[in-house]
Amino acid sequence: MDLAIIVAIDFVYAVATLALISLGLAIVFGMMRIINLAHGEFMVMGSYSASVAVHHHVNIWIAILVVPPIAVGIIGAIIERLIVRRLYGRMVETMLATWGLSLFVVGILTTIFGDITEGVPTPLSGITIGAYQTSGYSLFVIALSVATMGAVYVILRSSRLGLLARGTMQNADMAAALGTDTSRIYAVTFAFGAALAGFAGGVLAPVSGVFPTLGGSYIGRAFITVIGGGAAPLVGTASAATLFGIINQVATFLANPVYGEVALLLAAIVLIRALPQGITGRFLRGSL
Amino acid sequence: MITGLRTNWSLVAVGVVGVALLIGLPLLLDTYTLLQITLYAIFGILALSLAFIWGYGGILCFGHSAFFGLGAYAYAVAVINIGDSTAPALIAIALPAALAAALGYFMFYARISDVYVGVITLTVTLIFYNVINSTAGPKYHIGDALLGGFNGMPNVPSLNIPFLPDDTLEPLGMFLLSMVLLLAVYFALQIVLATRFGRVLVGIRENEHRVEFLGYDARLHKLVAFSIGGALAGLAGCLFVSWGNYVSPTVFSVVQSAQIIIWLMVGGAGTLLGPVLGAVAISWLTVEIGTQQLVNANVVLGAILLIFVLLVPKGVAPMITDRLVPWLLASRRSAAAKHDLPQGSRA
Repeated sequence: MDLAIIVAIDFVYAVATLALISLGLAIVFGMMRIINLAHGEFMVMGSYSASVAVHHHVNIWIAILVVPPIAVGIIGAIIERLIVRRLYGRMVETMLATWGLSLFVVGILTTIFGDITEGVPTPLSGITIGAYQTSGYSLFVIALSVATMGAVYVILRSSRLGLLARGTMQNADMAAALGTDTSRIYAVTFAFGAALAGFAGGVLAPVSGVFPTLGGSYIGRAFITVIGGGAAPLVGTASAATLFGIINQVATFLANPVYGEVALLLAAIVLIRALPQGITGRFLRGSL
Repeated sequence: MITGLRTNWSLVAVGVVGVALLIGLPLLLDTYTLLQITLYAIFGILALSLAFIWGYGGILCFGHSAFFGLGAYAYAVAVINIGDSTAPALIAIALPAALAAALGYFMFYARISDVYVGVITLTVTLIFYNVINSTAGPKYHIGDALLGGFNGMPNVPSLNIPFLPDDTLEPLGMFLLSMVLLLAVYFALQIVLATRFGRVLVGIRENEHRVEFLGYDARLHKLVAFSIGGALAGLAGCLFVSWGNYVSPTVFSVVQSAQIIIWLMVGGAGTLLGPVLGAVAISWLTVEIGTQQLVNANVVLGAILLIFVLLVPKGVAPMITDRLVPWLLASRRSAAAKHDLPQGSRA
């Protein structure tokens, strides 16, 4: 029984982290139809901002939960203004530009921090379930992932900005004709997606360690989840993260984490063949 | 004959320059520089493979290093097991082609969009990188070949003269082979592009729906083109390992994939010659950056990609042929027109 609980926590944790690292990417993709190839580096910048804050004796909770989204959100807004805005409607060029940005950021981070792994302390101790011990922080990440999804849902559903964003997502020309400043909506969305990426990076920093090329270990999974999920950012991310998280975890149990990732990729390629528009392209159409 | 030469003057020029380099460089340069240029020629083949599927087929392969790396590892593993490099070289071409065909089936027959093709190919590379990186230790081996994880595989034998395992190619032989193959691939692709298949492929790039309405199977054309690209990238990977006698997971890295795209962006994706020149220029630049500590190579590569996407989206070569040459011609023509004006024939 205790073992079952531990295994269940592992599965839910896999799904929750997948959702957490994909959400920022999914929002930008769902709204603007672009894949931000610098998403991993946005996360790493979040991790580094948390690490720097901790080294300057900022309270650990503020350092991992508050500093990263603000820092990376601001960076995202600047990047939107300087790069992404010039390429609206040209998806491929946008992807290439964000790829260039990703290399650039990796280089800058290596120059500043060096090619070493920095640690961020884990703020919660382990908890005991029967004869087994599990990380209290995993449970916290799970709760946080659920809370983030809920918060994004409320923002999109109930706030005025969310309404404008959904309108722009459904029909940008019509929204513009009705007086919405769509380029501003895009700017805010991109910054919001960046902030979510930074948040994910900050939250996962104690688990992952922090090094310049850390982004590469996230983006493969994040891309797969977003493509598998399809256009609807929340439902797509949740459903794809659940499906892929479970597949990943099963393969990890049977072999090792690397084969978990391979299984994830194979599942995604087969899924894309069956559902080219992703899960939400076929089921739950028009959901958020 | 003369008109044929005139319409194909650029091809003839490439052939003449290529043969001149092939004969002249070994006479003029020392072995170290020749080795460096051999690498450029190998990267030139890699650039051509992506130029063909991206620039002419319109297939946005963001993870081309998957095929390059697979060719490299396939050659390394096979040659360590077999000894004679003839079969390993063929395996290094066939395996990436098969991967490209399998991947292409899932992607093109699902009719997924460009963005998805880019992301899926990139993800394939990422996962190859992670898998190979994790194969450190004695339990990961294929036959006699230890995969070596992040340490890579050292002491991989060079290519030898077919069926004569003891006659391995010296640096001069590798140079000649790489240059000959570069020229052969260049002209072979030019010929393919001139066939019906090549024309349909370019048509698909321009407008996939219209080509399908005309009765061509766009999916199959893309699949074949993608497999050709995979095979050529595998060939480049095979030559690369034979050149350095060493392969490590960095052949699969995202930076490697990005570099190939940067070669195309710099040289001009819609040409064959441009990407080769881009490969030479950027590879040279990366080596130069490696000799100093001040600037990180990633910063420079990222900045180049950003600048070209934002400011020179078509690359340098089309800028010369589309802007500079017409401008020169126009100025010459306007000068000529002044002469001809009394007759009014040039209006």
